[in-house]
Amino acid sequence: MPTRSTRSGRRALRRQMEGSQAVAAAVARCRPEVISAYPISPQTHIVEGLSDLVRTGELAPCEYLMVESEFAAMSAAIGASAAGARAYTATASQGLLYMVEALYNASGLGLPIVMTVANRAIGAPINIWNDHSDSMSQRDSGWIQLYAETTQEAVDLHVQAFKLAEELSLPVMVCMDGFILTHAYEAVDVPTQEQVDAILPPFEPRQLLDPDEPVTIGAMVGPEAFAEVKYLMHAKQMQALDLVPEIASEFSQAFGRSSGGLIHPYRSADADTIVVALGSVLGTIEEVVDELREQGVKIGAVGIRCFRPYPLEEIRASLQHARRIVVIEKAFAVGIGGIVGQNVRLALSGLGAQVHDVVAGLGGRAITKRSLHRLLADALGDRLEPGRLTFLDLDWELVERELRRTREKRRSGPHAENILRDLGVVASGSH
Amino acid sequence: MFQVRIHGRGGQGVVTAAELLSVAAFGEGRHAQAFPTFGSERTGAPVVAFCRIDDKEIRLREPITDPDAVIVQDPTLLHQVDLFVGLGTEGYLLVNTSRSFAELGLDEFVRRFRAERLLTVPATEIAREHLGRPVPNAVLLGSFAALAGVVSLESVRAAILEKFPGETGRRNVAAAEAAYAHTQHEIGAPSPA
Repeated sequence: MPTRSTRSGRRALRRQMEGSQAVAAAVARCRPEVISAYPISPQTHIVEGLSDLVRTGELAPCEYLMVESEFAAMSAAIGASAAGARAYTATASQGLLYMVEALYNASGLGLPIVMTVANRAIGAPINIWNDHSDSMSQRDSGWIQLYAETTQEAVDLHVQAFKLAEELSLPVMVCMDGFILTHAYEAVDVPTQEQVDAILPPFEPRQLLDPDEPVTIGAMVGPEAFAEVKYLMHAKQMQALDLVPEIASEFSQAFGRSSGGLIHPYRSADADTIVVALGSVLGTIEEVVDELREQGVKIGAVGIRCFRPYPLEEIRASLQHARRIVVIEKAFAVGIGGIVGQNVRLALSGLGAQVHDVVAGLGGRAITKRSLHRLLADALGDRLEPGRLTFLDLDWELVERELRRTREKRRSGPHAENILRDLGVVASGSH
Repeated sequence: MFQVRIHGRGGQGVVTAAELLSVAAFGEGRHAQAFPTFGSERTGAPVVAFCRIDDKEIRLREPITDPDAVIVQDPTLLHQVDLFVGLGTEGYLLVNTSRSFAELGLDEFVRRFRAERLLTVPATEIAREHLGRPVPNAVLLGSFAALAGVVSLESVRAAILEKFPGETGRRNVAAAEAAYAHTQHEIGAPSPA
């Protein structure tokens, strides 16, 4: 044991490592007692790393359950959490969708499970690459949702997430961009066991299946009280708006670096134009903001770290002075448009700012500085049509060709295959 | 910022090469970011990995389109992938092959670059000799250390041993050292230009 603590002490040093391995190490130091998971790209390396730590005894006591599906993964986490164990799982994409029924049970019952979502697109068409369609589809599932900008922040958010979850007795999703963060090799400071123990006390459940003091959890509730129980879900989640910044501030005092919080403004205090986004794309956006600032453009960015609960007042306060808001999001609501954009518009209601919804980075399409410069030049030149959903780098010719096909021929065939044939793509790849 | 793009095929350790390079740069106190192209990896399929090295924090998350250096682990990709796209005339190019650029039919193409920054190296042969396996990634990093000097051989050695402790690491280090010496000898020759 002494050897182990010395080793983990030394490992606190900043190290060049894969994002997934760093998250696995950080989660292990949060001392989860049950991990139930089913592998799916791009989350696999995280649970592989954790299963290794359980196998070698480095993470003990901990029960690692290799279950048969994501539905089972979340169900086992629910059972474990209700029995008083600190429970963790991770998933992505279709895996998240497969556990949806259980997600609502976890939040409805108020069980403080922590889950990593390694953000990935949702099929069809099947696609393993990054966007936010998966976690955005569950934004209203009653889970708290935190979005990491960097691998370091993903690591730090997991420590904060357990604390937050257990304080409120609510489940927390830590969203990190699949591949872009999970598979990036970067310098990361993984907190030591002593550091984590100092900030994260042992799990003291608010409700517990305890043979000595028997209770039931999961009663059927009829019209007499269903709304009240549901209201409490909402009221409890809204408490996170106070707790998230408190925990972030406690974290930064203990660790000497800033991670998490509700929002992260970047050079936006005096900006006329503000870009709003979530996740790792903020790094590229900040680079573009710096370049435009050098040209004298009054532009900034606001990163949303906590999307649920939605920090409406903080977002309003951070954007209200701007004339133009460009929301760049890696998902959209088919049939209406931007998701984050709608939320931002809600925060700005009654103010005159123009909010542009831009969908970008779907299914792993790279969001480049070049594309962002082009987009922002259009925004600054008032060339973005108000009220119209903009798709960054959309290949209109490809779309038009397929639309023409559907007009000309009844049995025009499947879109995905038609478009891949037009492109001459044999085996799909990101480049 | 110095940006490296590594091309190869699934199974050749392309992603590992980029990771090792980032570990080597980190070991020198620099900031580094390595990442793969995130394809459906399978043995033999073209794979690309990237590594950025800088003296300040790296926030950029886009793929590398304008590399300062390109490392090609498998010359059979020449006819399949646009390996040199975005490589400027000041760029470094390292190709794993026992043949020369002329023999690869690239003599015309390479004239636009600086001769002392281009090299073919028989990395597969060196790997076979030291590892008994045709895995050229560590070999090429040894060669790259000599050619570009962006990271030192010592840092490459430390990176290999960090990721592969034990016999595998030692053999890869020996292979990288051999490639470093080979490359120093090659570029030490009077410049044809």
